[in-house]
Amino acid sequence: MNADRTAWEERSVARVVSPVRPRKLAKVPFVEMADGRLQGVVSSGSDIERVYVSSIAAGTLTYNCSTNNNRPCGGLYGDPCKHLRSLVDEAVLQYGLERVAGYLKAEVPENGSLIYSIQGGVERSQGAAVFSRFLRHLAYLELPAASGPLPELHWFPSGVS
Amino acid sequence: MLSVQVAELTGEPLKGVNEALDLVTGFDDALVNGFARLGEERAAALTALAGAMAATPVGGRLGEAAGKVAAGSVAEEHVTALAGGRTALLGAVHDALLGSLDAAIGRTRASWEEPPVTAESDNLLSGCRSWLSELAITGWRGVDHDLAAAVDQTMEALLAEPRLRRLAVLLDGLATELRASSPVAAMEKVPARRWADLWARALLLTQAGGLPPAAGEPVSGRLLPLGVDVHEHATAVQAQVHAIFEPADGGPCRLVRTSVAAMKVDTIVGTAVWRLLTGSPVLLKALANHLSLDIKDMPLLNSGDLVWHDDRAALGDLADPFATARIQLGGALAPAVPPLDRHPVRIAEPVLVEGYTVPKGEEVVFDLDGARLTVDVERLPTCGPLTPELVRGSESCIGLVRWDGGRWLLQPLAVQGTVKKKPVTAHNGDWAEGATDPKVAKAEARNGDAVAVLRERAGRLLRK
Repeated sequence: MNADRTAWEERSVARVVSPVRPRKLAKVPFVEMADGRLQGVVSSGSDIERVYVSSIAAGTLTYNCSTNNNRPCGGLYGDPCKHLRSLVDEAVLQYGLERVAGYLKAEVPENGSLIYSIQGGVERSQGAAVFSRFLRHLAYLELPAASGPLPELHWFPSGVS
Repeated sequence: MLSVQVAELTGEPLKGVNEALDLVTGFDDALVNGFARLGEERAAALTALAGAMAATPVGGRLGEAAGKVAAGSVAEEHVTALAGGRTALLGAVHDALLGSLDAAIGRTRASWEEPPVTAESDNLLSGCRSWLSELAITGWRGVDHDLAAAVDQTMEALLAEPRLRRLAVLLDGLATELRASSPVAAMEKVPARRWADLWARALLLTQAGGLPPAAGEPVSGRLLPLGVDVHEHATAVQAQVHAIFEPADGGPCRLVRTSVAAMKVDTIVGTAVWRLLTGSPVLLKALANHLSLDIKDMPLLNSGDLVWHDDRAALGDLADPFATARIQLGGALAPAVPPLDRHPVRIAEPVLVEGYTVPKGEEVVFDLDGARLTVDVERLPTCGPLTPELVRGSESCIGLVRWDGGRWLLQPLAVQGTVKKKPVTAHNGDWAEGATDPKVAKAEARNGDAVAVLRERAGRLLRK
């Protein structure tokens, strides 16, 4: 065990989760790597009330895309649809290629694009769970305000790296 | 801070601190593997911690808890007692460290007055306690997706309750890290001190009376900001302003903090976090423009925290934080630290450092005639203009003295210096009303208003 490693383990403000990079949220308001999938929500280009739920399973690289009402995406045959492409693009912006490819266990050739590695074919899955996670995510912005100091946030400094 | 002050602070290690931290490290190691699988060595670490605290008021309970847990009987009350023992020990380390800092920089500190505490508990708190006990029994190495997510439902209810926001923000931060790290068994190394810190604090906050009331005395006077410290995790942000308070009734100047916070999501980062705090426009304007504030009947807690009410504040005159630091920081009365908050991580004492050189090297260090203070450039918030380069090129710095990983650090809040022969001044709060750097503003415009986009989506989709 070297000294640096010990020092990290004995630090109270050791960084565990890297902050995500800023990106444009209009098209893909929600992306996450959770439950063994890269999943997210893509706003429909034509209907402001509609969103698509897109997901790619880690390991198998199978994918699915459906509306929030669980209707299959019309663009999904043979290859990933445009929603899945947007999902992958935005995930790479948000987390970086290395993290996303690593999570999906996808091999990306040097200077290659991750989307071409997503070739597991369509596997229907329930989009409802992802959509409800998105709603839960949005609900953070609507929580009642609280006043007073939050001393525990001293463990969570804002900063790079 | 003068050279002699830095030398005094960073000189001889404090008596007993390392010994106390060794006991904490032993405890943290036990928590990595879980109280259910202690083994002889780790059981001995808990017994040693209890032994060191034997003469204190918690000694009896702690000894009993260590004995029971070592014997394989892990009940919630024993886990709680052990968390209390660890907390008390780190409280003592905090006191020693802060005491030596106060002595080195000649800071006078008020003594603590305990407000009346009302003890209440409810189902929500007991739900949190069960999860925390389960974590202790399992150990960090045993945490998987299911255990990390087991708190999700409790979390949702907790977040909806502003009264419990402190606990909610802490638990959500811990749960996010555990989820991202699951399965923890596959992690190369575990942030043992950090997670034990978060776990122990959470367990204490879930006790009856663990969340103290925040009433405070209404005060009026002038507030002169020194700088702003920004705290942030995936779902919360807090801007904590350090300031000098001049009471209108002519009492002594005091060092105070005031905080504004908001809940957020992980994709709201960088300068966008200020948009979540626009409910306090007066405070943000004062930060962005270096103005003083006139406050009226604002509650001041015994901890030195002003509970911010934007409608009780009015903008004052231009007040250069460097002038405030030079003239008033030295003589201001520092606040006491609430008993439960006593942990080295909370040490954040504003100081002014000038007349240093920055030797070349990987680490940024301020050298004052041979006395060296390491600068924590990982702690420069992404929502402000400070960069490691600006800090390296600086000549004066308002910063917070902090302590972590066994050493003192300086966290810059503002710097003055010369870059390419031009004088440059940068404060963490400069972009509170939007980025003033054209390059950053352009990047911001390209990404659009993250807060507005998500609020629109919430408005359309949440209420269906």
